[in-house]
Amino acid sequence: MSVTRRTVLKGMAAAAATSVTGVPKALARERKKPPADAVGMLYDATRCIGCKACMVKCKEVNHLPPEPGTKVEGMYDAPDDLSGYTKNVIKLYREGDKVSYMKAQCMHCVDPACVSVCMISAFRKDKQGIVTYDPAQCVGCRYCMMACPFNIPKYQWDVAFPKIVKCELCRHRLAEGKLPGCVEACPREAVIFGRLEDLKADAKRRIAAEPGRYYPKVYGETDGGGTQVLYLSAAGIPFEKLGLPDIGDQPLPELSETLQHAVYQGFVAPIVLYGALGIVIYRNRKRQSGEEEGDK
Amino acid sequence: MNSHFRPVGGPILTKTFLVSAAVFAVSAAILVWRFIVGLGPTTAMSDLYPWGIWITYDVVVGTALACGGYAVALLCYVLNKGKYHHLIRPAILTSALGYTLAGVSVIIDLGRYWNVWKVPLLWNWNRNSILLEVAICIMSYVVVLWIELSPAFIEKWEEDAPWQWLRNLSIRIHPWLNKILIPILALGILLPTMHQSSLGSMMLIAMHKLHKLWHTPFLPLLFLLSCIVMGYAAVVFETALADSVFKLPRETKLLAPLSVAMVIVLFAYLAVRIADLAYRGRLGLIFRFDFYSFMFLLEMALFLTPAVLLLFRRFRYNPGVEFVCAMMMMAGGLLYRFDAFLVGFKPAPGWNYFPSVPEMFVTFGLVAFEVMAYLFIVKTFPILGGAPHAAAGTAHGVAGVPAPGR
Ligand code: SF4
Ligand code: SF4
Ligand code: SF4
Repeated sequence: MSVTRRTVLKGMAAAAATSVTGVPKALARERKKPPADAVGMLYDATRCIGCKACMVKCKEVNHLPPEPGTKVEGMYDAPDDLSGYTKNVIKLYREGDKVSYMKAQCMHCVDPACVSVCMISAFRKDKQGIVTYDPAQCVGCRYCMMACPFNIPKYQWDVAFPKIVKCELCRHRLAEGKLPGCVEACPREAVIFGRLEDLKADAKRRIAAEPGRYYPKVYGETDGGGTQVLYLSAAGIPFEKLGLPDIGDQPLPELSETLQHAVYQGFVAPIVLYGALGIVIYRNRKRQSGEEEGDK
Repeated sequence: MNSHFRPVGGPILTKTFLVSAAVFAVSAAILVWRFIVGLGPTTAMSDLYPWGIWITYDVVVGTALACGGYAVALLCYVLNKGKYHHLIRPAILTSALGYTLAGVSVIIDLGRYWNVWKVPLLWNWNRNSILLEVAICIMSYVVVLWIELSPAFIEKWEEDAPWQWLRNLSIRIHPWLNKILIPILALGILLPTMHQSSLGSMMLIAMHKLHKLWHTPFLPLLFLLSCIVMGYAAVVFETALADSVFKLPRETKLLAPLSVAMVIVLFAYLAVRIADLAYRGRLGLIFRFDFYSFMFLLEMALFLTPAVLLLFRRFRYNPGVEFVCAMMMMAGGLLYRFDAFLVGFKPAPGWNYFPSVPEMFVTFGLVAFEVMAYLFIVKTFPILGGAPHAAAGTAHGVAGVPAPGR
C-alpha cells in the first residue's frame, strides 16, 4: 500500500473517529447564554382558568383565521393543538381529581434546535433572544419541525403556498411598545411578559412563598439549555403531564454541532482528504495506463 | 470507440419500458395535483411526521442505493483494483440517475420550493446546519456524476450525433474532459463521504424523539459504512440483472473478490452498532421483543447473514448466493435507514405515519422513470462492458490483487 493511499484511508478513518468519539476539548462548543436584554414569558398554570381569551387575542393580533373544531361540529374556533393557523393553545390535563390547564406556544429556547438546523436561517434569534421566522428565507424543508423537542413549528398543509407558523412573541407589538397579545388579554395574569432575569426571580419567589401550591421546579430554567418562556405547575403535577418533556439540561444542537465542527473545522479535513485523493488517483491511473500499454 | 464499453442496442419501446412509462404517467398526474393543493391532501405527512417516504425512501435510502458509483470508485481508483474498471460506467450511471431523482424528490417535497435558489448563495448559509451541507454536497455530486459519465455520451456523439454541432462540440470537449477528470474523480469520492455520513448526523438533533436503539453519536459512521455496503450490493444486483437481460457474460468472478471488502465493512458496521449499544447500556432494548427490538433484530439478520455467507469462498463464487446476499444487504440498509428516520421516530405518543397511496405512487413513478432512463441510456450509449470479461480480468490481474482463482 502506497504511503499516500494509506494517508487517504487514515484520513477517512480519523475523520470518522473524531466525528464520533474523543472530540478534542478545544473544539467543544460553548454553552450559550441568553442575551443581556433577553425577554420572555412566565406561565403559571395554577393561575390559569382556561378562559382562552389569550387564544382569541393571539389570532386577532397575528391575523390568523379561526379553525373549526374537529370534536364538536360547528364550534367556532376550537383547534385541537398548535397548527399552521394557531400559535397559542390552551389544553386541559385531567387525571383522577388532578386538573390543570396548559398553555402551549414556542419556548424561545436559549439555544434553539430550529435555528441550528435551518439551512439559510429562516429561523434566527434576535437581540432580545426572540426566535424569529422569515418566510422569505424558508424553503419549507420542515427540518425545524423534526428538530424542535417541543414540536412547536407547524406547517400549513392545506395550501399550495404554505408557511411555517409559530409564536414570535408578538415582536411586531413589542416594537410598538405593546405587550404580547396573550399577555394583554389574560384576566388573571396567568401569563406575564418581562425581562428573563426578572421572570426567573419572580417564579422562584412564588415557589418559595407557597411551596404547597407549586411543583418544585421552574421549567425552562435549565431544560434543553434553557428557554425564555418559563412554566410553573401545580403541586403534584409534573411537567411531563403537561406535555413538557424531560429533556435534560443539554442544549439539543450541542451534540450535532460539536461533531460537525470537529470534522469540518475550517474545512481542513475535507481539503486534506481531497488533496490526498487527487494524488492517489493520479498515481494509480498513471501506473495503470503504463501497465495497459505494457500488456498490448 | 476507444473503450471496451458498448451500447447494447435493441428496441427502446420494450414491455418493461412501456409499463414503467404508464406508472410514471400516473405519478406525473399526482404531482400536478400536489402542486395545486399542497402536501396535506396528497400525502400522509403531518405536523408530527413532517418527513415521509419522499425524504426517507427517495433521498435517504435512494442515494445510498445509488452509492454504487462511490463504492466502485473507491475500490477502483483509490485501492487501485483496476480490473473492476468496466463496472464503473454502469455504476456511475445508476448513481447519476439515483442522485438526480433524489434531487427531484426534494423539490417535490419542499413546501416553499420557489425559494430554493437561495440555498447555494454563500452569504445565506447557516454553517451549523447539517442539512445545508447535505444539500450542497448532493447538488454538487449530481453535477460531478454526470461529468464522470459524460465520456460515454461524448464517445458516442463523436462518431454519430443527431446534430452536427453536437458532434463538433463533443470532439472539442473530449481532450479538455480528460484533463479535468482527476479532480472530478477525487470529488466523486470526497462528496459522498461527506454527505452520506451527514445524512446520519441529521438525526442527531432528534435526540429525544428517536428511539434509543437508533439514536447514537455514531450515526454518521454507521450511515457511511452502510452506504458503502448498499452501493456495492446495488452494483451486484444491477450487474446480475443487466447481464441476464442483455445476455452478457456473468461477472461473478470479478465481483467475488470485492465481496471480501464488503465482508470487512459489514463486520465493522455490526461491531460499531453492538459495541455502541453495549457501551451505553442499551443492549437490553434488543431483547424486549417489542416492535422496535424486532425491527432491530431483522436489520441485524439482514446484515449478518451475507457477512457470514460471503466469508466462504464457495459462496462468493456462486452467482445465486451472491445475488441473494446483495438483496439482503440492500434490504438491511433500507430497513436501517427507514428505522432511523421514520420507524424509530416517535415525536409524541399516539401519532403514526404510513404513506398515502398517492405518496407511494410518486415514489414508484420516480423509480419507473429511473428504469426508463437506464434502459434508454444503456441501449444508446457505451455504458456496459461488451468485451469478454474473462480476458480483461487476466490482463488486469497484475494491476492489483492477484487474479481470482478459477
Ligand atoms: S421551542 Fe422549538 S421552535 Fe421554539 S425556539 Fe425552541 S426549538 Fe425553536
Ligand atoms: S422549513 Fe423553513 S424554517 Fe424550517 S428548517 Fe426548513 S427552511 Fe428553515
Ligand atoms: S387568557 Fe390567561 S387565564 Fe385565560 S386561558 Fe389564557 S392564560 Fe389562561
